[in-house]
Amino acid sequence: MSGLWPWLTLFGLGAFHGINPAMGWLFAVGLGLQEQKRIAVLRALPPIALGHALSIATIIAAVLLARVTVPPFDLKIAAAAILFAFGLYRLFRSRHPNWVGMRVGFGDLTLWSFVMASAHGAGLMLIPLFLKSAPQTLAPHTGPMALHMHSTCGLGFANFNTPSLLTSSVAVHTLGYLLVTGVVAMLVYEKLGVGMLRRAWFNVDLFWTLALIATGVLILFL
Amino acid sequence: MPLLKPDPTFYPSPRLAMQAPPEKHAFVAALTPPGSKLNDALLVLDLDPDSRSYGQQVGEVTMPEFGDELHHFGWNACSSALCPYAPHPHVERRYLVVPGLRSSRIHIIDTKPNPRKPKIVKVIEPEEVFARANYSRPHTIHCGPEGIYVSAFGAPNGDGPGGIFMLDCETFEILGQWEMDRGPQFLHYDFWWHLGFDTLLSSEWGTPNMIENGLQPDLLLASKYGHQMHVWDLRRRRHIQALDLGKEQQMVLEMRPAHNPTKAYGFVGVVVSLKDLSASVWLWHRNDGAWDLKKVIEIPAEPADPANLPPMLKDFKAVPPLVSDINLSLDDKFLYVSCWGTGEFLQYDVSDPFNPKKTGSVRIGGIVNRTSHPKKPNQPLSGGPQMVEVSRDGKRVYFTNSLYAAWDEQFYPDGVGSWMAKLEADPQGGIRFDENFFVENSDYRVHQIRLEGGDSSSDSFCFP
Repeated sequence: MSGLWPWLTLFGLGAFHGINPAMGWLFAVGLGLQEQKRIAVLRALPPIALGHALSIATIIAAVLLARVTVPPFDLKIAAAAILFAFGLYRLFRSRHPNWVGMRVGFGDLTLWSFVMASAHGAGLMLIPLFLKSAPQTLAPHTGPMALHMHSTCGLGFANFNTPSLLTSSVAVHTLGYLLVTGVVAMLVYEKLGVGMLRRAWFNVDLFWTLALIATGVLILFL
Repeated sequence: MPLLKPDPTFYPSPRLAMQAPPEKHAFVAALTPPGSKLNDALLVLDLDPDSRSYGQQVGEVTMPEFGDELHHFGWNACSSALCPYAPHPHVERRYLVVPGLRSSRIHIIDTKPNPRKPKIVKVIEPEEVFARANYSRPHTIHCGPEGIYVSAFGAPNGDGPGGIFMLDCETFEILGQWEMDRGPQFLHYDFWWHLGFDTLLSSEWGTPNMIENGLQPDLLLASKYGHQMHVWDLRRRRHIQALDLGKEQQMVLEMRPAHNPTKAYGFVGVVVSLKDLSASVWLWHRNDGAWDLKKVIEIPAEPADPANLPPMLKDFKAVPPLVSDINLSLDDKFLYVSCWGTGEFLQYDVSDPFNPKKTGSVRIGGIVNRTSHPKKPNQPLSGGPQMVEVSRDGKRVYFTNSLYAAWDEQFYPDGVGSWMAKLEADPQGGIRFDENFFVENSDYRVHQIRLEGGDSSSDSFCFP
């Protein structure tokens, strides 16, 4: 049963990424409204998912490689430092891409999604899952990140064949991401309308940034 | 600090922005007339009809240096922050970017926490504009999805080319020239875009050297002022098409694209035709992938007794309408047209943009007529309807009366005066004066108006 938790966590983080309007569903809705066709929403989803998958795959692959070559303690410190620094940077200086527009094809959308996921540190948030796990020692957490933190403490992927771990974890994460992105995009396009943005677009970025910093701290205690 | 929810003045679509609450304050650029020893200022007016100080000045911030010539200005951020490809909706619409047109100095003015007590928080000195953008005479401000766009009339030495440069919307650092490839474009005035089509368009007036010492009749009669529009690829920052209105169409100024991002058309005003002194409004539209122009409104000159005309116009025995500003309501339904020469202010139903229908007209000021305001029916007025702003719900229209300091006296030799008026607009068509709203100013000429929370020329939208 415990072997299922890392997968659920990956899937859940995919869903968490997917619900962020800046990660893709809003762009899909915008393209649908611009063309006034539902098919334009659906057409935008594969490249957006692909870009996201490539972004997190890059990070996971880097961690898995580093796990072979870098001593565990050094890796832990480095990962924590990167997360911490990135989180702080995002907290004080949140830039956004300025090279894209509304007339986008498959390649544009893939690249956009890759850049957005990378710039927001989507892949970095998954790092704890792929560091060599330590026995579960932390006290239970409360709050929305509790599941995430709890599950990553003792239940990371330690003993997997690396290539298959990479592909299956990217697939599971992207599935969660695509599912939520697609469902939210269709829901907003068909039913809710973009007016809901005014009320419901909480500053996910701020929460996200704090999550990155918290993840960095967490790694130190793994 | 970033907000937890989107700035409440951001709306995903122009349709939703029309449901915004009525504006409570106006910010008005106030420049000192030639000969004055005062510095320019940004004024705050009370627009709340239920307030005791309705229609009065309730705040003011004075510029730090003399001789800026404030003209146009705009917000640090607006509804375009919701655009899905560069979303950052948790910035605040808070700072006004206020350039000095003559000085090239740019002021960043904080309108919070109290809009009646705005404060200057940063000044970008002219030298920095020259060095980092290689442009001068900053003018129109638009908040784009990825930063602040500023138009500039010319190079630091006062010649061309004019163009666009960018400011960072958080640090207000000058990021440099916008154009990667300007093609044949040289003259510059206004610009705006169709975000849904990744297209920017720009218009033409003249270089600083062609305008700063007054309208030069020899240049005008030789068709040297602008008569073209330019179409640009907004993403790649490249010139893609020049649209010529014809050499006799002189001074192609304010541009008002459809607010609905799925519509690829817009309107541009032309000050004067050399053929018959008429003014006109042209429609640009996309036609099989390329852009095209069509004259959709022509306003003829009005015959006049030469005794009532300024020296420059006596020989023509007519007063030109001089369309200097236009504005489009957020539902793309009503187009407002200022005729600064004849003192007429017009409303057109442009639901069918190819066939505008005149739905309203009022008169105030004018080179010959000098029509008074209903609040002061015995006082003849100089100047005419000029910078116009429309409330987000489309129900109120505000305008001021002066054009450009170096030109005002050429058309109104006995002084252009300084006043601001307000109209009530009927959603079914028709305009009339608000008889309780008439603001005069003895120290300053008032120019562009920005409404608190946004107006019909401050925001752009990525959703229909």
